[in-house]
Amino acid sequence: MNTKVTLAGVELKNPVMTASGTFGSGAEYGDMVDLNKLGAVVTKGVANIPWPGNPTPRIAETWGGMLNAIGLQNPGIDVFIERDIPFLRQYDTKIIVNVCGKTTEDYVEVVERLSDQPVDLLEINISCPNVKEGGIAFGQDPKAVEAITREVKRHAKQPVIMKLSPNVTDITVMAKAAEAGGADILSLINTLTGMKIDIHKRTFALANKTGGMSGPAVKPVAVRMVYQVAQAVKLPIIGMGGIMNADDAIEFILAGATAVSVGTANFHDPYATEKVVKGIEQYMEKYQIEDISSLIGAVR
Amino acid sequence: MAQVKLTAAVASQEKLAEGIYSMWIKAETIASQARPGQFVSLYSKDGARLLPRPISLCEIDREQGQIRLVYRIAGAGTEEFSHYQAGDLIDVLGPLGNGFPVDGLEGKTAFLIGGGIGIPPMLELAKELSCQVQAVLGYRDNSLFLKKEFENYGSVYVATEDGSAGTKGNVLDAIRENGLHADIIFACGPTPMLKALKAYAGEQGIPCYLSLEERMACGIGACLACVCQSKEIDSHSHVHNKRICKDGPVFAAEEVEL
Repeated sequence: MNTKVTLAGVELKNPVMTASGTFGSGAEYGDMVDLNKLGAVVTKGVANIPWPGNPTPRIAETWGGMLNAIGLQNPGIDVFIERDIPFLRQYDTKIIVNVCGKTTEDYVEVVERLSDQPVDLLEINISCPNVKEGGIAFGQDPKAVEAITREVKRHAKQPVIMKLSPNVTDITVMAKAAEAGGADILSLINTLTGMKIDIHKRTFALANKTGGMSGPAVKPVAVRMVYQVAQAVKLPIIGMGGIMNADDAIEFILAGATAVSVGTANFHDPYATEKVVKGIEQYMEKYQIEDISSLIGAVR
Repeated sequence: MAQVKLTAAVASQEKLAEGIYSMWIKAETIASQARPGQFVSLYSKDGARLLPRPISLCEIDREQGQIRLVYRIAGAGTEEFSHYQAGDLIDVLGPLGNGFPVDGLEGKTAFLIGGGIGIPPMLELAKELSCQVQAVLGYRDNSLFLKKEFENYGSVYVATEDGSAGTKGNVLDAIRENGLHADIIFACGPTPMLKALKAYAGEQGIPCYLSLEERMACGIGACLACVCQSKEIDSHSHVHNKRICKDGPVFAAEEVEL
């Protein structure tokens, strides 16, 4: 049975990775999950300097999901290079660094700092709904998507994943723009902008008022978008949005994803990523699938 | 050892007061390594309620391999837990957080101060401290849950908001009315209470440890949802944020800005 998949020349032992922001840089989950079993670890977004993030409350539960407005708190690229990359390099898994910034120059600075680092792929976050500058501001305008993709690609030594926002009228327009800018891979979806009001306190549940919605409640939207993008571009796709188990992961793969990210599920079950890996193998056994690549985009 | 997630059996469940429940859970791997001031995350059986509910350890019975959780119904998740009976299964992740520092207090007197649902974690601490314990418990009314159990481990003083028992007012009113003094403070409760205690400890020049609370998702320090403001730049976050679930929930009062 072959569970290996290839993303822009980088071979993953299986298609299962973590979703940025839900797994830190792996150290906290490393006590509970065997990181060697994962196709890749995608780190929390890292910027050129430390970011304090948003005020609390930063999260709220919603029916079948949650809202978060962490605001990309991160220790900055210096600490990340010194602490997080060496930690992850101890494991036999691929390292994907999620990169965030307020300006194009911020993104480029981080990408350049990572150029001589032992990381496998870069994921460029142009879709965070919870920060005022940068983030989603780059991800909702096709010209901006293409421009930042091109600029990042000009400086990047590793293949580049552009992470797309679902908070757009037509995600295929953004996907094509990223492809035109030279992206190697696309990942989708980031969270959907949402809001929750506490009717007892008569206030917003989140200090940021709005937050990014994730969890199984968003999965049908995410599957639809992965399918649409798979039809619209030639780039490989990392699919995510509400994957709780292997069945969900396979749905994304059938819709056109080469790899999948497990995010919010980690909060519900810290062992979720490993269980998805195992469940995919069981599915392949059950249906006598020799090679996982035969499932990618198999439903048209 | 580290925290584990396991499916545990409920040993017993009891209502202590209106909306306040006490549940013993059989979870040997958690009980064997737990310390006072730590907490566990409980998971709902309803898939629509994804996030675990963090609940502090009220008692640890290492011999029986059980933990006791005393919690308030705060929403649909805790409401669900309150219906569990002996033998029912529940998913638990723990033990989580750092816990109270208990060593080196021989011959001293400690204030154990709990406000409302901040009272339960002080009980295991009262049991484990080797020094003299003065528990000061703040309630809304005369429900006085757990008060009798504290009496086994030290002297107990009560404040009630409505004046129906003990001192009318808050825990500091009770401390002043009874002319109490101590060498160290351990406290858990609402933020205004913790703020007042931090100021009081500053005036008295005594150490003060506060257990904080915030909305959590992962419970293990990865998601950065439950941060509090730290006085100094934190060595992990490299900003003025500490993670309540991992670096806390117990902090020295001077470490944090409330």
